Amino acid sequence: MMENTIEKIPLTCIICPMGCSMEVTVETDASGHKKVTGVKDNGCKRGEQYAAKELQNPTRTLTTTIKVEGGVLPVVPVKTAGEVPKASLLQCMEVVRRASCKAPVKRGDILLYDLLGTGINVIACADVAKV
Amino acid sequence: MELKYDIVVIGGGPAGMAAAIAAKKAGTDSILILERDTRIGGILLQCIHNGFGLHYFGEELTGPEYAARFSDEVEQLGIEYKTDTMVLEVEKGEGSHSVTAINTVDGLMKITAKAVVLATGCRERTRGALIIPGTRPAGIFTAGAAQRFVNIDGYMPGRKVVILGSGDIGLIMARRLTLEGAEVKLVCEVMPFSSGLRRNIVQCVENFNIPLKFSHTIVKIHGKERVEGVTVAAVDSNRKPIAGTEEFIECDTLLLSVGLIPENEIASGCKIAIDSATSGPVVNEHMQSSVPGIFACGNTVHVHDLVDFVTAESLRAGENAAKYVQGKITANGEKIILRPGNRVRYTVPQYIESRTQDGNVSIMFRVTDVYKDVYLEVSSGNEVLKSVRKKVVRPGEMQVVELAPDQIKSASGDITVSIQLPQEVAE
Repeated sequence: MMENTIEKIPLTCIICPMGCSMEVTVETDASGHKKVTGVKDNGCKRGEQYAAKELQNPTRTLTTTIKVEGGVLPVVPVKTAGEVPKASLLQCMEVVRRASCKAPVKRGDILLYDLLGTGINVIACADVAKV
Repeated sequence: MELKYDIVVIGGGPAGMAAAIAAKKAGTDSILILERDTRIGGILLQCIHNGFGLHYFGEELTGPEYAARFSDEVEQLGIEYKTDTMVLEVEKGEGSHSVTAINTVDGLMKITAKAVVLATGCRERTRGALIIPGTRPAGIFTAGAAQRFVNIDGYMPGRKVVILGSGDIGLIMARRLTLEGAEVKLVCEVMPFSSGLRRNIVQCVENFNIPLKFSHTIVKIHGKERVEGVTVAAVDSNRKPIAGTEEFIECDTLLLSVGLIPENEIASGCKIAIDSATSGPVVNEHMQSSVPGIFACGNTVHVHDLVDFVTAESLRAGENAAKYVQGKITANGEKIILRPGNRVRYTVPQYIESRTQDGNVSIMFRVTDVYKDVYLEVSSGNEVLKSVRKKVVRPGEMQVVELAPDQIKSASGDITVSIQLPQEVAE
């Protein structure tokens, strides 16, 4: 039977602009499951949460733009209303890039529902008035 | 056209909006914001990524959302603003100042103001400042110009991109262009460290497996009509290219993210003292420049890493501009100079006008290099007013130290802010 391996890896926290350089102790069991057993040098508790998430199920908020038809501006900035899997960012972009919406757009409007089956909506971050 | 206001704020970005809001809340009603773009909000409007507002709002916002919090408040408070308006000149006077501005609706305007707040932000360093040899083809942009093309105008500047410099905008654009389907072939930084935030190195570059080379620079730009490639070379400790390390990289676009410089044309035009280290106006704890009644805040004073800090600084500037108009700020002849000491490049404010303070005075500063396990020391004469241990300080990350009123009162003369190595700190 294989034993659990324990390694210490450096990880930069990306939660806030402090960007703490942390040392994360990760235990990997025989089946490859990773578990964070210790976090050092994190400035606050969010560092621990980030480390656990980043090593087990990394996610990100996606920010981009969506084309606007008939608006005073050609595109509107958007973001995912929650975090999507980090590995799916480029696939999400394929969907968002093909999308478009009609002016007027209001901040907070849902422009895409359930992006790539993640259950996460894409919302407008700014207003774009009609021409 | 002749106009009269108590306070004229030049620039409708985060600094100008916060200053105007704070001035209004401090009891001055006659305020005008002048903005050269088509809407207020400033560069935040093209910074569509998130991460803004963690300090100030305690939540993570995108640039346009952060800007809207303030532009909404400007509207709610009924603060007047003029967009598409360019300020040509500020002329200082006794008791009031004169702002010359122009737009297509009002024509030429002469605006008399009891106080002026300069919130003009900063500019990006361009190719001209770097002196890169080679031809002058299309396809060379500053990172911020490219950001505007993609995020506001909705088109891509190119498909195969090299980014010179690892400033935050360059890092953010590396991710943005990758997401939009471009191939970012290299981010190249002449220094052995990045001037950008570490979180941006991780989430914008490393997470997308974009190659990042430190101690490398571009020695030649190829292409006649359009960029066809760049030659990259390693540099030695004096930042001189090392012969034999050249490598050709094919690309159609070169972005420059090589630093920001405070926009101080208006300030120098009316003979405001400029700090050679920051390139922005010298200010006191009220964010008042060397000319009484002319205040400055945000990136025109010194380039900030975070808009949250711009907001905090600008709220102070606006509140103080209102107090000045109301006759509540008068110089008492005191002047405590703040000196950048060992390993400190500059401080803002550069001086404190009064030994008597109602609240803490925040001193912002930047260090000259990366230092680990050091002490941040504030001293006056031989007396240490404050000493704080720091695990690591970096030139890319602004430091802030707060001085309490009694600490300022106890200063025997000028105050020096320095970074001390452990062996230099007296037991």
